[in-house]
Amino acid sequence: MNTVTVATDRDAEWKDSLTTERSFVRRLLIAGAFLYLTIFLFVPLVAIFAEAFKHGLSGYVDSFLNEDALGAIRLTLLVAAVAVPLNALFGVAAAWAIAKFDFVGKQILITLIDMPLAVSPVISGLIYVLLFGAQGWLGPWLAEHDIKILFALPGIVLATIFVTVPFVARELIPLMQSQGREEEEAAVTLGASGWQMFTRVTLPNIKWSLLYGVILCNARAMGEFGAVSVVSGHIRGLTNTMPLHVEILYNEYNAASAFGVASLLTLLAIVTLSAKALIERKTVSAKSQR
Amino acid sequence: MSLLLKQPSVLPGFGLTLGFAVFYFSLIVLIPLSGLFVKTSALSWGQFWDIVTNPRAVASYQLTFGASLVGALINGFFGSIIAWVLVRYHFPGRSLVDALVDLPFALPTAVAGITLAAIYSSNGWIGRYLEPLGIKVAFTPLGVLVALTFIGLPFVVRTVQPVLQDLDKEVEEAATTLGADRWQTFRAVIVPELWPALLTGMAMAFARAVGEYGSVIFIAGNLPLKSEITPLLIMTKLEQYDYSGATALGVVMLLASFVLALTINLLQWWSTTRHMNQ
Repeated sequence: MNTVTVATDRDAEWKDSLTTERSFVRRLLIAGAFLYLTIFLFVPLVAIFAEAFKHGLSGYVDSFLNEDALGAIRLTLLVAAVAVPLNALFGVAAAWAIAKFDFVGKQILITLIDMPLAVSPVISGLIYVLLFGAQGWLGPWLAEHDIKILFALPGIVLATIFVTVPFVARELIPLMQSQGREEEEAAVTLGASGWQMFTRVTLPNIKWSLLYGVILCNARAMGEFGAVSVVSGHIRGLTNTMPLHVEILYNEYNAASAFGVASLLTLLAIVTLSAKALIERKTVSAKSQR
Repeated sequence: MSLLLKQPSVLPGFGLTLGFAVFYFSLIVLIPLSGLFVKTSALSWGQFWDIVTNPRAVASYQLTFGASLVGALINGFFGSIIAWVLVRYHFPGRSLVDALVDLPFALPTAVAGITLAAIYSSNGWIGRYLEPLGIKVAFTPLGVLVALTFIGLPFVVRTVQPVLQDLDKEVEEAATTLGADRWQTFRAVIVPELWPALLTGMAMAFARAVGEYGSVIFIAGNLPLKSEITPLLIMTKLEQYDYSGATALGVVMLLASFVLALTINLLQWWSTTRHMNQ
């Protein structure tokens, strides 16, 4: 028995030696990767927190425990609370139609859904200015009826929705396509209502991807800068989201406070990445259990 | 709605879900976007042409597209190395590095912008070592390149990585057994497999960089004709209430994005059909 395992060990070693590089090449590649990642990832990540804590812990806490910063945090949470559920609903509806049915124009719809990702954030804001601005299509009518969309909450919400529309749909469409429609068809044939089928068959199958899509959508919604910057009008304490507050503080040479608020957004990004890693592990182990 | 169906289905909710999705998407995306073209059509062709070929606009295209291209090439090179190292080698901290690669995608662009500006300014962590060498990064076109390289990093790694993972090691073993050295195997066996994914990743990084705004404006210096990107020029025109100028440049950027999105789709299609044939 022993000789057999030794032989296979040696065999595996020999096979590995066929598909690997000499050790100095290996070390060079790892060093190159680390150098690049150090310059572009590790140093920036550490720098955010180093700058934020420049004036100690109390300075750090003060940077976001003041009225302007708290107002920005509140507005950011409010915007995400409207934008994310709407986009999640859209994502589930679009993925259901696309993945479970064959219809005319399906491929066009799939391509169109990704479009907001290809558009520059500045243009995403610009189109709403053209629509609702004083010179825009609806501008005069809105002014007459005293409805404020631009430079107010509705404009910020709309621009945020635009930028984050695809995220949930993008996670769900490939997954639901690969899952096929047999399980749902079985449920319906056995007499389940549409809602029962969705909550007992579809939802359990897609929950992790749905969760990841929502988390990603939320991170982008809270962090959006360009599009929101165009439509917000930068009214402090009123239409200032967290990223815009960071910009204002930075331009006022209040770098430590800017990085203090920025560090909160960075923590959000780190939580998002951790959630991604966790959910990937979950889905891989779920697959291997089947 | 059910008229659109190619095959009848027992599953419920087609009309409701498709109807809602199309309605919502039209209201949020399609109608506002089409407004950009309608607004441009108010300009005569000559006016439009004057705006989009103005020297300041042309200089901004050169910087935006040039820096995006160089950034995509840099990411093509280092992104491939990072993907290779993550798939093929085992070293401490590998899963942490793997998770962190997406940071430029998850980090709000304004945060990335102020951080890069701080690091590369003359007394920043990296800038202070470059300054004595005569290299100025912050507030120069080089700063634009740094920001656009930063935000493009995840795209190449995440498109090349899965292809490397699926690569059949037996072909490499065969190549080596038949007498090829490692470099020959890499060039003749591995590179042809990676090529479509690598191009796709670089095209995605390029497309993302072309429209980027937040991470660039803090580090760029934003001098007209020198370090001003096109999205910023659009922003400047908007702040001066020059709506038609902003719209005309917006149309140019939007058309560039469409062409890029189409290219990426074609590259992805090429990538998957190659995979299927094998």
